[in-house]
Amino acid sequence: MKGLFKGLLKENPIFVLALGLCPALAVSTTVNNALGMSAATLIVLIGSNLVISSLRKHIPDDIHIPAYIVIIAAFVTLVDMTMQAYFPALSKSLGIFIPLIVVNCIILGRAEAFASKNTIGASVIDAIAMGVGFTVGLTAIALVREVLGAGTITIFPDGGVIRIPGLADKPALVFAFPAGALIVVGFLQAFFRWLGEVTNK
Amino acid sequence: MTYIGIIITYVFVSNLVLSQFLGLCPFIGVSKNTESAVGMGFAVTFVMSLATLITWALQHFILVPLNIVFLQTVTFILVIASLVQLVEMVVRKYSPPLYQALGIYLPLITTNCGVLGIALISVNESYGPMESFIAGLSAGIGFLIALLFMSGIRERLDTEKVPKHLKGTPIAFISGGLMALAFMAFDRALLTNLIGG
Repeated sequence: MKGLFKGLLKENPIFVLALGLCPALAVSTTVNNALGMSAATLIVLIGSNLVISSLRKHIPDDIHIPAYIVIIAAFVTLVDMTMQAYFPALSKSLGIFIPLIVVNCIILGRAEAFASKNTIGASVIDAIAMGVGFTVGLTAIALVREVLGAGTITIFPDGGVIRIPGLADKPALVFAFPAGALIVVGFLQAFFRWLGEVTNK
Repeated sequence: MTYIGIIITYVFVSNLVLSQFLGLCPFIGVSKNTESAVGMGFAVTFVMSLATLITWALQHFILVPLNIVFLQTVTFILVIASLVQLVEMVVRKYSPPLYQALGIYLPLITTNCGVLGIALISVNESYGPMESFIAGLSAGIGFLIALLFMSGIRERLDTEKVPKHLKGTPIAFISGGLMALAFMAFDRALLTNLIGG
């Protein structure tokens, strides 16, 4: 059980380990995008950790990186095609960041650091913990950016948009741009560090 | 789009790091000093120019004729990974000094999402072979410029007083954000005025 919560705060992939930043920043313009991206990453993470840990005794050491990449790429293709078929709007707004999950360091990182050495059960739990941590991080960034940058919270694109009075008419547009994303991540990282220190005491 | 247009687009307007969020891990990880930033920047530029050219050929001679475009992600990443390996071996054999300068950065490039990113962008924009090559080259140069600026800023930040929890990566992100703000001056309108579309 303890392993399940490590991804939230102590080993949060985005804020503490600083892994998987590119997609985290690029798709965090709305909460809806962030949730879609998190779900895609979580599925790929669980799938690749599961397969890699069950094959860990059969993959030769010399070629383990290419082998892992192929396994990850297969799952990414699967997720990409499913999304195109069932959630075309989401797939369109995430764009090339779906195929780019392949090079998301969080997935290869966990495969290398955890799934290649541990049992299947432990690897799946690790994948869920990391995926949930990624979701929390990504949603936190998206929430700050969307509230400040657009004055809305988009949970579902149709009918699930919460408008914040005052901000929605005059949003601080800079937070919707890349510059704002980097600044938000910087401050959130500092905040999570502080939170980690306080809760450890 | 003209070649000049592509160069300006990928070096300044859609700078890979500062406006497209590609390649952020090395942007934060390898920008602690200028020397390694330049090494990484050149290694990435080199791989990007080759990778866009090869993935273009792959897309147009293999994936599209055989109707297996859905394998794009798998093939592109494999080609990039083996390309990086090949470049590493060739450089080690024929140019030891260059290998000493770039060697340690080469393996890291496989997981730089910028390389796969620019390859996918070139395919999506349906560039020709020469245009793809130039797009890769200028994206690499844009990456080099961003990394170089960032390392300069971080070298200065080392001697400044920074609040405890902001030390290290958080302050790097905030400085990167301010730099991106400056890069916002290069936008589509500027590009249109410069080269007329």
